Amino acid sequence: MTDQAVAPSRWTIGRPALVLIGLALLALVSIALFMTLGAKGSWSFVLTFRGKKLLGLILVAYAVAVSTVLFQTVTNNRILTPSIMGFDALYVLIKTSIVFFLGVGALTAIDSQIQFVVEVLVMVAFSGLLFRWLFLGEERSLHLLVLVGIIFGVLFRSLSNFMQRMLDPGAFNVLQDTMFASFATTDPTLLGISCVIVVAVSVIGLRLMHTFDVLSLGRAQAINLGVDYKRTVVIILSLVAVLVSVSTALVGPVTFFGLLVATLAHSLVGNSKHAFVLPAAILLGVVALVGGQTLLERVFAFDTALSIIIEFLGGVVFIALVLRRSAR
Amino acid sequence: MIVTSNVTKNYGAACVVDGVSLELPAGGITSIIGPNGAGKSTLLSMVSRLMAMDKGTVTVGGLDVTTAPSDELARRMSILRQDNHMTARLTVRDLVSFGRYPYSKGRLTVDDKGHIEKAITYLDLDALAHRFLDELSGGQRQRAFVAMVLAQDTDYVLLDEPLNNLDMKHAMGMMKLMQQAANDLGKTVVLVLHDINFASWYSDHIVAMKHGKVSAQGPAAEMIRPEVLSDIYEMDIKVHEIGGQRISVYYG
Repeated sequence: MTDQAVAPSRWTIGRPALVLIGLALLALVSIALFMTLGAKGSWSFVLTFRGKKLLGLILVAYAVAVSTVLFQTVTNNRILTPSIMGFDALYVLIKTSIVFFLGVGALTAIDSQIQFVVEVLVMVAFSGLLFRWLFLGEERSLHLLVLVGIIFGVLFRSLSNFMQRMLDPGAFNVLQDTMFASFATTDPTLLGISCVIVVAVSVIGLRLMHTFDVLSLGRAQAINLGVDYKRTVVIILSLVAVLVSVSTALVGPVTFFGLLVATLAHSLVGNSKHAFVLPAAILLGVVALVGGQTLLERVFAFDTALSIIIEFLGGVVFIALVLRRSAR
Repeated sequence: MIVTSNVTKNYGAACVVDGVSLELPAGGITSIIGPNGAGKSTLLSMVSRLMAMDKGTVTVGGLDVTTAPSDELARRMSILRQDNHMTARLTVRDLVSFGRYPYSKGRLTVDDKGHIEKAITYLDLDALAHRFLDELSGGQRQRAFVAMVLAQDTDYVLLDEPLNNLDMKHAMGMMKLMQQAANDLGKTVVLVLHDINFASWYSDHIVAMKHGKVSAQGPAAEMIRPEVLSDIYEMDIKVHEIGGQRISVYYG
């Protein structure tokens, strides 16, 4: 066993790069097909119309992939994701509370972009308060985190449901309109501001890039190696909260999509370097959303089922991860 | 020199470390011994800033561990704990490279690479350098982590039960390495040890803890005596001199 020479072959060195090239090609093909397949009539109309949809899907893929990978790095686990911990349910709750307490006028009177920025800020503040104590102190057991996440998620969803039932039907309609977006119909009014937010988050993220790999060694090692742990983790969790707000505002809550792309990215790349894992996760997200949407819309002429399929696959991955973990 | 003054840690009503004031000399090997639950690891965690203390202060080489910048401390002191579970998938060389992070923040220089290769060779890991950590045995992984700490090249090296998982040969190798680091490179090594014979053989200074307090401390020769050890562990321990070394016998 021991003298079985495992050479540091070219393959292990080149594998992450190969994976990235392959995924980039797949993503480009998906995008090209999405833009051109089954196009009838004026190209300029088709391209702008589909271009907006495409931008929405790419933003969502980016936001979900980056937020999930970073969240898993900071919390040092591969099973929990922001959505499993109830981040997106919290965003829906904030949105519902605004309508409930300020009236539906608040939704229609204020410019939707300003409103979105306010919601994102509230989201960052609240998630900061709620999740800081969970992740900053001593390491906690994963089981405790899963339980807390499930309970938070249910609590946020029930509160939102409760308030939505108390709304008058007109207000409820307006709220439902803004929240029940899906992959097929991303909310176009928020594309501009989402782009700005995502770019800003990425700039901050890039400056922290060198800490990501160190944080994945766990809290004790990160502190030993001189990372300003508290500050860095608070910043990264805030970035995660912002990204979750963006994706939830654009397409509504998606529970297992992030888990799916993060898990696949880690196992395809084969090591844990963020320089490879992050782009791989983003590209996988683009392939899954853009490619999947093209397949369903153009090939199967089937409109709304992508989220169901992605959630199904993600759910299977989640169960497999939990089972594999408990088998050890 | 590591100075702790009145360091205290409570878990709820239980006081795990109770007002410990210590001066650990610079240079040489200091071992912390004592029964389970004596607060040894907790004390080491507080000295190395991994755990916040409820009361007291700690300075390492003149730097206050609660206020000094973390990256400056990381170039002065390294800590390795017993449990190094992690989710990241890394090769041995990747892990050892992290030891240079306090200096290079991820961009390795030629000097860094020299430290990394030296640490890998020191721990006899050349043949395993490209293997992933999850493919190694517990002892091999332990050596990889020690190599990382070595690459960190700090004046103060704190290790919590570094002999865990190691067979006799590698345990002896590890202690020889610590001795070398202390004697040749002038490093200050602080270890939590359970094997009092290893402590006796290799330590310059021994601190004994019991019920969260320091119950005795002194040069190894003064500490490895039947009456001192029997009191610390509350059992009958005999000490024999074999080949100039004090060996404790406590097996029955």
